[in-house]
Amino acid sequence: MLESLLSPEFFNAILRATTPILFAALASSVASKAGITNMALEGIMLFSALFGVIFSAMTGNFFTGLLLTMVIGGLIGWFLAFFVLNLKTDEILAAVAINLIATGGTVLLMLAVSGDRGSSTSIASFSAPRIVIPLIDKIPFLGEIISGQNLMTYLAILAVIIMHLFMYKTPLGLKIRAVGENKNAAESVGISSRKIQYIALILSGVLASMGGFFMSGGYMNMFTKDMSAGRGYIALAASAMGGNTPIGASLVSLLFGAAQALANMMQLTDIPHELIQMIPYLTTLIGLGVYSYSNMKRRQKLAGK
Amino acid sequence: MTCLEKNIILQMNHIMKIYSNGVVANEDVSIELEKGEIHALLGENGAGKSTLMKVLFGIESPDEGQIVLNGQETTIKSPQDAISKGIGMVHQHFMLVPSLTVAENIILGVEPKKKGVFIDMDKAVFAAEEIAKKYNFDIDVKEKVEEIPVGIKQKVEILKALYRGADILILDEPTAVLTPQETDELFVQLKKLKDNGHTIIFISHKLDEIKKICDRATIMRSGKSMGTYEVKDITTEDMSRLMVGRDVILTFEKEPAKPSKVLLKVRNLSVNNGQGVLKVDDLSFDLRGGEILGIAGVEGNGQTELIDSLTGLNKSYRGKIYIKDTDIEKSSIKGIRDLKLGHIPEDRMTSGCAGNLGILENLFSNQYNDPEYSGKMLLKTKRIQERSNELIKEYLVKCKSFRQNVGMLSGGNIQKVIVAREFSTSPDIIIANQPTRGVDVGAAEFIRRRLLEFRDAGCAVLLISADLNEVFSLSDRLAAMYKGKFAGMFTDVSAVTEEELGQYMLGLKHQEEQEGMIYE
Amino acid sequence: MNNAKRFDLLRMLFAILVALLISFVLIFFISEEPLTAIFTLITGPFRSKRNLGNVVESMIPLIFTGTGVCIMFSANQINLATDGGFHLGGLVAAFVVLKFGLPGGLSPIVALFLAATAGAMFCTIPALMKVKTSSPELVSSLMLNYISQWFCTFILMHFLQDPSVGSASHKLPENSALPVIVGGTNIHVGLIIALVVAVLGYVFLYKTKTGYELRLTGENEAFARYSGINIVKVILVSQMVGGIIAGLGGGVELLGPIYPRFSWMALLGYGWDAIIICTLAKKNPLYTPLAALFLAYLRTGASIMARYTDVTLEIVQITQGIIIMLVVAEQFLSGMKHRMIAKEARASLKEEEVA
Repeated sequence: MLESLLSPEFFNAILRATTPILFAALASSVASKAGITNMALEGIMLFSALFGVIFSAMTGNFFTGLLLTMVIGGLIGWFLAFFVLNLKTDEILAAVAINLIATGGTVLLMLAVSGDRGSSTSIASFSAPRIVIPLIDKIPFLGEIISGQNLMTYLAILAVIIMHLFMYKTPLGLKIRAVGENKNAAESVGISSRKIQYIALILSGVLASMGGFFMSGGYMNMFTKDMSAGRGYIALAASAMGGNTPIGASLVSLLFGAAQALANMMQLTDIPHELIQMIPYLTTLIGLGVYSYSNMKRRQKLAGK
Repeated sequence: MTCLEKNIILQMNHIMKIYSNGVVANEDVSIELEKGEIHALLGENGAGKSTLMKVLFGIESPDEGQIVLNGQETTIKSPQDAISKGIGMVHQHFMLVPSLTVAENIILGVEPKKKGVFIDMDKAVFAAEEIAKKYNFDIDVKEKVEEIPVGIKQKVEILKALYRGADILILDEPTAVLTPQETDELFVQLKKLKDNGHTIIFISHKLDEIKKICDRATIMRSGKSMGTYEVKDITTEDMSRLMVGRDVILTFEKEPAKPSKVLLKVRNLSVNNGQGVLKVDDLSFDLRGGEILGIAGVEGNGQTELIDSLTGLNKSYRGKIYIKDTDIEKSSIKGIRDLKLGHIPEDRMTSGCAGNLGILENLFSNQYNDPEYSGKMLLKTKRIQERSNELIKEYLVKCKSFRQNVGMLSGGNIQKVIVAREFSTSPDIIIANQPTRGVDVGAAEFIRRRLLEFRDAGCAVLLISADLNEVFSLSDRLAAMYKGKFAGMFTDVSAVTEEELGQYMLGLKHQEEQEGMIYE
Repeated sequence: MNNAKRFDLLRMLFAILVALLISFVLIFFISEEPLTAIFTLITGPFRSKRNLGNVVESMIPLIFTGTGVCIMFSANQINLATDGGFHLGGLVAAFVVLKFGLPGGLSPIVALFLAATAGAMFCTIPALMKVKTSSPELVSSLMLNYISQWFCTFILMHFLQDPSVGSASHKLPENSALPVIVGGTNIHVGLIIALVVAVLGYVFLYKTKTGYELRLTGENEAFARYSGINIVKVILVSQMVGGIIAGLGGGVELLGPIYPRFSWMALLGYGWDAIIICTLAKKNPLYTPLAALFLAYLRTGASIMARYTDVTLEIVQITQGIIIMLVVAEQFLSGMKHRMIAKEARASLKEEEVA
């Protein structure tokens, strides 16, 4: 057991399990920085997982499939923004509605496309490829972890860097942070907070859709009903615990990814698999408790007795 | 003089604004600005000054009326639109992003770029320093806004507007949060701006400041304009009469106070705010039954923190508070209220009521546990309804029925609901924090009379008010609060003048201080 | 009823109509026989006594979770663990009737009591975490739903499983089933329990001291605190009562005539349905039966449609989603509302001037 925990395969598995959560956590962080809780991540991932399969099968290659899926993700983000910002719908209830529509809509759509209501096995889709990095893959241990990952995993790591630069070095990032922290201040200098929040939510949708795409085109090679399995919600927690910064969110995602990978590996042991399935959720729950508690203590200390 | 000679830069004509809760904030208001003047917009809280300026700055859209800028009729759709038309606004509550630096705040929305994508931070810092130098503002632009004092924050606000090329600058009660030195400094800078051809709208209700710096003044009262005057031609007495609609000196026929035993005892109270800043500094005083202790002070000098500690809202204070000899350190808010304490909160909408609930629900939040109104588990609905009707009648609340949501009432009527609730428990101690702020004259008068009645009945009243008139006319003892201490305490209120009190409030004067002074 | 309230009601009906129309358009896209499908969806529930009975029967779980969510949301506690609480209630009820071997009359009573207790304990976890660590109940409750699902599956597969049928429990004993009250249908005693719970929920929220505290806190927590209300108590009580009702609902549902065995592997989603019930009922439990009737009618119609045409049941989830979106969209038709209020204000202004 311990041996397999230290094997490069396990670290490899951690990165794989982290990838979808990481994309979603980045999605949550950009929305949160703009002042909106995007609980619709779950539904966006679910929709994207299905659309990824459909689009890559339709276009015959994964890359256009990915691009089209990202468009879908952006559209759902826009839809959420329209309801929350224009029609003043409560953001949580709007997300609940989108997630409901996703649960029903994906089954309906899959049935229409593949004639199956459980999974999309009958659709010949294309997954993102695994990339072997020459030379690096020759490094013992480390090379085995770094090289040979799915392309989407590399994209996720790239996304962390890009999002960090975007949030902290570009005018738009500055505006997003300003709107989220003090909307009135941003408005007072003529920034349209609505426009900025639209952009943030659309971007959030695009990022979440990449996570969804990986679910059905990398992590697995097909779409199954309800396959996002709460990852959108886990990402929400990861982002909050990472202080809604891209780097922080990615580190916490790694922790939750490890929990998922551990659960996957323990499937092979004698421990009942139902209990093992609880591990990612329990880890998140406990992590959330610990993080919130230390945060609360820090605030109390500041107020100081 | 013809219109042309006067060089009118802006006209707002017949502005009408009704909020979606039915409140009429501006009713046929007109105002005219000459280029290069400092124009005061004068009025009490809730007179409609802010609404009018929000309309000008594109935050609110008027229901009726027109805006003429540089001789052309225009509509201002958004703050962005206003800024592009050369209008800048410095809000009363600073519109700054605390975690960003001064330079970042200044360039926010108009960022210089490099390589087409990234913010050119060096250029931003340079530009910010440049403009600060031009108008003689002494600021370190690399500091984070959360770490700089209030006075500097305001300068950042002005720089922000100037950086965006504002010709017309709206300043919303700019001196409310400043020290006298900072105020003087601000005035020097405003004069400089005026000399540079900027036009300034100066919103205030401080008459001396208007006399000192403004050329003309438009006076507003309850949503209407009372006319525009040359400041040099109008006396402060006339201004205040137009503002409040009667002679300012409020006189209440009141019996001399008959102070009885001490009901509230505060010893060595120190309180930090959420950011860890010391707001109440080693304060000790007594409050007796049958007297009104008034506390005057500029907002932000520790009044909020003091009240929060007395009423149990804030538990992390140092020192001792006794209500009727009970140390309240371990008491819950309910425990404190059970000692017969009534509390009119500073901000009626955030903590004084639930706008989406009915008047009835709002009248009983402090006394639903009374056996009169509830049994072990159930509320006595019929009795509560009867009592609601009584209270609505007694406190002259204008409403359709007790089912009407409180949020739909006018400010004055909401305040009456709150006062009715807090007074109906026949409290022994009343803490009244800005009890008549933004309330119409009739309602204010009513509330003040009630406070006096309670005092005559032996109740101890602590009155915190920004309205000097109010503290002067009601208080039996009067304290000026400055930086968490009583800078002055006057036992004979009639012997102190408004000017003198003002000097104590602004920290220009303070009575000789003894270590651990107790104001009995 | 004043104008604003009447307007809200009309707006809600209009939102439902729009949602239905959008769903019909969708049916036109996905179906070969759209008109038949829509016709079946609308008239299906009336085609037989059995179908009508199904409408009424499927109201039962909706009333339970709807009432539970009404209570939690009234206190502004966004706890979404009702789904998991309902699931757990079902499991506990199954466990009791299968394992305790209690006599006929007593068995369902004990089962329901313990189901409610389990639901209460489960839904109080987010409340405790909020009080002790200030964790947002929204995220913790979402995690708990999945934990509940896997925990229940674990108990099912290791303690209750009937090896001869695979992933289901042994047959539930006849003597602990809730009796059917209308012959020829599936309508059972649970309906009466559900209606009683809805009325009690109303009494709790609107007629008791604790309910008053909940509503005050839900509308403005700062005001409630200032008034001396114990916020910690409100957080705990509201989520616990919500949990009691959810757990009881799960127990009632399982002991009804529909489920011969405990076989719930995935969450049933009644917790999410509860949100639309709560939205339509404007957080008042008294209206949950009405909202549940609407949703049950739609569901039953859709399942009949799914049986006879090529449109599947899931279309209803889409309809539900759109209804939530539009009903809670404050600005939906708000222009009309603002004009109405402005007109009233102007009128009363004139009155004042005359007087």
